[in-house]
Amino acid sequence: MAPHDIRRPFKRRPISDQQKRRELSLLRQTQHRSDAQQRARNLASSVISLQSSSPDVDPEILSEAVPELDEGTESESSNFDVRQASRLRGPEARKWFARQLMLPEWMIDVPDNLSQDWYVVARPAGKRCFVVSSDGTTVSRVRNGSILHHFPSALPGGARKKGAAGPASSYSILDCIFHESDQTYYVIDMVCWRGYSLYECTAEFRFFWMQSKLAETGACDPPSFYHKFRFSAVPFYNCDQSGLHSAYTGSSPYVKDGLLFYNKHAHYHTGNTPLVLIWKDESCSQYVIDTDNNGEVPNQQHIVLELQEEGKLVTSDDPPVPFSYLNADFVKQSGLSSGSLIRFAIGDGGLKCVDGRFEKADLQYIGVSNRARAFADSYSKIMFQYMARHSPLKVEDLASTISHENQQDKPPEVEMSD
Amino acid sequence: MAMEITQFLLAAQSADARVRTEAEASLRQFQEQNLPLFLLSLSFELENNDKPAESRRLAGILLKNSLDAKDSARKDHLVKQWFAIDVALKSQIKELLLRTLGSSALEARHTSAQVIAKVASIEIPQKQWPELVGSLLNNMTQQGSPAHLKQSTLETLGYVCEEISHHDLVQNEVNSVLTAVVQGMNQSENTAEVRLAATKALLNALDFSQTNFENEMERNYIMKMVCETACSKEAEIRQAAFECLVSIASTYYEVLEQYMPTLFELTSNAVKGDEESVALQAIEFWSSICDEEIDRQEYDSPDSGDSSPSHSCFIEKALPHLVQMLLETLLKQEEDQDHDDDVWNISMAGGTCLGLVARTVGDSIVPLVMPFVEKNISSPDWRSREAATYAFGSILEGPTIDKLAPMVAAGLEFLLNATKDGNNHVRDTTAWTLSRIFEFLHSPDSGFSVISPENLPRIVSVLLESIKDVPNVAEKVCGAIYNLAQGYEDSGANSSLLSPYLTEIITHLLAAAERTDGAESKLRGAAYETLNEVVRCSNLSEASSIIAHLLPAIMKKLAETMDLPIISTDDREKQAELQASLCGVLQVIIQKLSGREDTKPIIMQNADDIMRLFLRVFGCHSSSVHEEAMLAIGALAYATGAEFVKYMPELFKYLQMGLQNFEEYQVCSITVGVIGDICRALDEKILPFCDQIMGLLIQNLQSGALHRSVKPPMFSCFGDIALAIGSHFERYVAPAVQIMQGAAQVCAQMDTLDEELMDYANQLRRSIFEAYSGILQGFKDTKAELMMPYAQHLLQFVELVSKDPLSRDESVTKAAVAAMGDLADVVGENTKQLFNNFTFFGEFLNECLESEDEDLKVTARWTQGMIARLMHSS
Repeated sequence: MAPHDIRRPFKRRPISDQQKRRELSLLRQTQHRSDAQQRARNLASSVISLQSSSPDVDPEILSEAVPELDEGTESESSNFDVRQASRLRGPEARKWFARQLMLPEWMIDVPDNLSQDWYVVARPAGKRCFVVSSDGTTVSRVRNGSILHHFPSALPGGARKKGAAGPASSYSILDCIFHESDQTYYVIDMVCWRGYSLYECTAEFRFFWMQSKLAETGACDPPSFYHKFRFSAVPFYNCDQSGLHSAYTGSSPYVKDGLLFYNKHAHYHTGNTPLVLIWKDESCSQYVIDTDNNGEVPNQQHIVLELQEEGKLVTSDDPPVPFSYLNADFVKQSGLSSGSLIRFAIGDGGLKCVDGRFEKADLQYIGVSNRARAFADSYSKIMFQYMARHSPLKVEDLASTISHENQQDKPPEVEMSD
Repeated sequence: MAMEITQFLLAAQSADARVRTEAEASLRQFQEQNLPLFLLSLSFELENNDKPAESRRLAGILLKNSLDAKDSARKDHLVKQWFAIDVALKSQIKELLLRTLGSSALEARHTSAQVIAKVASIEIPQKQWPELVGSLLNNMTQQGSPAHLKQSTLETLGYVCEEISHHDLVQNEVNSVLTAVVQGMNQSENTAEVRLAATKALLNALDFSQTNFENEMERNYIMKMVCETACSKEAEIRQAAFECLVSIASTYYEVLEQYMPTLFELTSNAVKGDEESVALQAIEFWSSICDEEIDRQEYDSPDSGDSSPSHSCFIEKALPHLVQMLLETLLKQEEDQDHDDDVWNISMAGGTCLGLVARTVGDSIVPLVMPFVEKNISSPDWRSREAATYAFGSILEGPTIDKLAPMVAAGLEFLLNATKDGNNHVRDTTAWTLSRIFEFLHSPDSGFSVISPENLPRIVSVLLESIKDVPNVAEKVCGAIYNLAQGYEDSGANSSLLSPYLTEIITHLLAAAERTDGAESKLRGAAYETLNEVVRCSNLSEASSIIAHLLPAIMKKLAETMDLPIISTDDREKQAELQASLCGVLQVIIQKLSGREDTKPIIMQNADDIMRLFLRVFGCHSSSVHEEAMLAIGALAYATGAEFVKYMPELFKYLQMGLQNFEEYQVCSITVGVIGDICRALDEKILPFCDQIMGLLIQNLQSGALHRSVKPPMFSCFGDIALAIGSHFERYVAPAVQIMQGAAQVCAQMDTLDEELMDYANQLRRSIFEAYSGILQGFKDTKAELMMPYAQHLLQFVELVSKDPLSRDESVTKAAVAAMGDLADVVGENTKQLFNNFTFFGEFLNECLESEDEDLKVTARWTQGMIARLMHSS
């Protein structure tokens, strides 16, 4: 019943500063809420993927990593995430990051459905590393967790630069190979992007995401003040005849070190996985057969195994594959203890396999392994190296498997013509 | 039988406080002991022409207050009371009210009309007063009905129409009401007082007449009557008729086409020659048309594919004449209009309308206005100079930058010089125009600015000189500096351009805020608001030490407010206002400096002192919690993190007060947000306070008196608390989720056609999902099984939302998807069977995966992963 007020704001701004401050506060709160919840989710997918991927994983792996991070003040595991891990220093950080990479098994036989279910990538030669950008800086860590570079980058949150997109807390994690000669990080996988975990995503999605998102940020641009190293996504191919051919013989800006095969449906699995495979021969890698500390190929194949309780020698696999035993007296005399990494040579007796499974090895003790090493050799590595010395898996074998698959795809025609 | 209460009603208005209090008590006692008889007695009093006007007036007021209240809980209570009264007695009351409409006393008739409308608003939707419309219409048609009965009957009809929906009546009744009203406007048959009442009644009945406006014949008739009435010889009636036209302009925009030639002629005659009260309505008609067309342009869906205009382009069609008409109004300024906020005159209305026209048509207004500007801007007459400047300032929003840039570039120097004009009005409008230029043509971030490194020094020096001008001009200069600073926000290297001037600008703004001649013109408020913007938009790496110096200066000023002499409530209000401004500045400084690790220590070092000040501000105001101090505390909690816990013992009572402040719901809402900030800062250390906080939140959410806008933040706050205290949330789960489920149900029943309600529904839904997410994540690895009983409801709610793609917005979708992922992640295998039963999620996730919103896509991908892991688990 009040008369209609026709007065309108005159020479005034339509919104008050107080209203603006209220709205900015709300915006900040909403953002922090979503950051907080998002962090909790990332924790879920990163730490959980460690647990769930291997139900019988040694519980020590988790209890080892987490409490150290919490400094004992928080009992809830919910306060730990990759971002906090990125702030860790020294041995804790190394230990944590050392467990975050997905490690390929070596290809000792050709998987089924290569052309349907797998990608092939020419692996750049160089240092495999985890690149984490967060809070205005970028850190790369090599496989054993130690820092390679600390630098500004155009990755999300990778440099202290105004106007960078996304919330301040967003971070990204890339799986890369640092290629010395052109000082480039070649990205072979994407683990987190702008705070979102891709752990639970299939390789198919991660690769698509990696190709489309990386370029948007300017991370692929040449180096500049706020962007010290160039990033580049490695090309990936469907593992059919032409894809294999491109990866194997095609030219690339980097020196190749073998081929990586990714199962399209596999999630990012920290640690060893049979769903990513590495394969090498002389024409696509300079390092097919392992060298010794002097860079020479030894006459005998060297392997590194981990000593466990009661003298058991095992591989780094999960579960570990037992290889041999050391005499308890010998262990004592040599001052070895459980957890030591020990180097052996394979003697003339070689490796004995029955039905494709390892049975017995002729091992000769050399000594305790180089301290820089974090892990024993994996079963597949030992086998691949052994095969490389005796009866290697050739590129022709891969090609013929693929063409065989393709013929199998055509049976209906054959049947109809019968 | 009714009681004789005249004496009490008169005594209750006595000048003698003792007599008054006693009478009030007696009346209250009567009301409490026998409400039906009380109301009947009041109705008798109101109806009885032999009673004094004073007692009848109070009787009317008491009647109204017994039927209606602003507070919705109180209103519900009153309605229930009314329903409980004996039907026969109520009929008696209603009969008395209707009889009062024929009273010779104007005031009693008027009051009775209002009371009848209140009763109608309660009874008509329940079909409890079917004879009301009939008896009112009877008053209109009965032979020999006196004019004053018709007049108050029309008034009653208008009020009734305003109170009820046309769905409450059958269409026949609506038609009869409208016929009666429109006939009441008939010049040849009715007295002026009847026609005025009829025209005002029509204004109230317009919303009511949708069906009639759809029918061309009826519409023509109504429009003809309104237009004729707009030419009545009584100014008051003309004004009422134009008010109807203003309302029709927005309510029935679609059907106006055929009447536009007439309406243009009517309005332009009124603007040119009628009395100001009528002319103002005529201008408002065009402003309303602009509002409609701007609205339609903005909400025009671009996907519709066709290029047809979204409206009838009335403004564009009338453009040359309309602009000419409005330009002429600009020359009719009043001498002192800039000094008084209550003034609203024809030049102000015309200039405002011109600005709306510019926003409606864009570029095509420029050539129509510029000749006027050029002709008048250098005139010796101040009115011409001011009008030209105002016209120029008005068209700066709407036209493209390409069109405006050359003119503005050419005129900038002229305007800078005009800040020295001899006339106060001209300087005021010049400063305002400069602020508009900086608002619309200074955006270096998007690539264009009239300000260059070359002319910036001159601009800054002119502004800092003019800020010393009289208060009304200085206030506009503050606006100009505000927009100047804002342009440099987020604009990379450009933001450095202002850095060299910051110290000087801040000094001048503080000086302006100190001025004692500016109290009335709100100069101080403008100066502080501008200071805030300058701080917000500054380049922190260059400004950090300047801002670090500003901090203690503002703290000192805030401390000084505690010592202001407070004698009257007016003093108290002024103190609160000044404290609000200063807390606002502190909030902005805290937020700015805590945005970077290297400047955050400045806040940390001062946190104790800042907090002590905020607590003292709270202490100054016993009745309510100071809103601005609360806002600033949220920023401080974020800056200090877990250390904030040491302030909690003293702060807590104010948080409680804030949560209990239903009346000032903004305060309540802000407090809820700040509790969220504190949860994130303290994590588990918030635990000792949670029983009381959760108790209040739950109590608030169950109350009908709480403003609805506070409910979504409260649900989000559940999530914040749960995430902070983790498994300790166990004891709140049952009551919290129960209320969440209730609110989810309410969302499901909301009217999806009501845009405003849908906005609210979306906020509510998002906040419920956020609460679920927070609780789930808080329970992860510890008490996940506690959420199992609620899993089904959560999925049902997600499903419901997923099947409502039209009204849900992306933020709701994302929150729903995330909550679903949290459920799969946290509760895990136990929900496997549930997910198997809810097949909708596959399609819903696919929809999200195809979204253009990257965040949504990634969230959906994550959720998909979580559910997939669940499904593959054995």
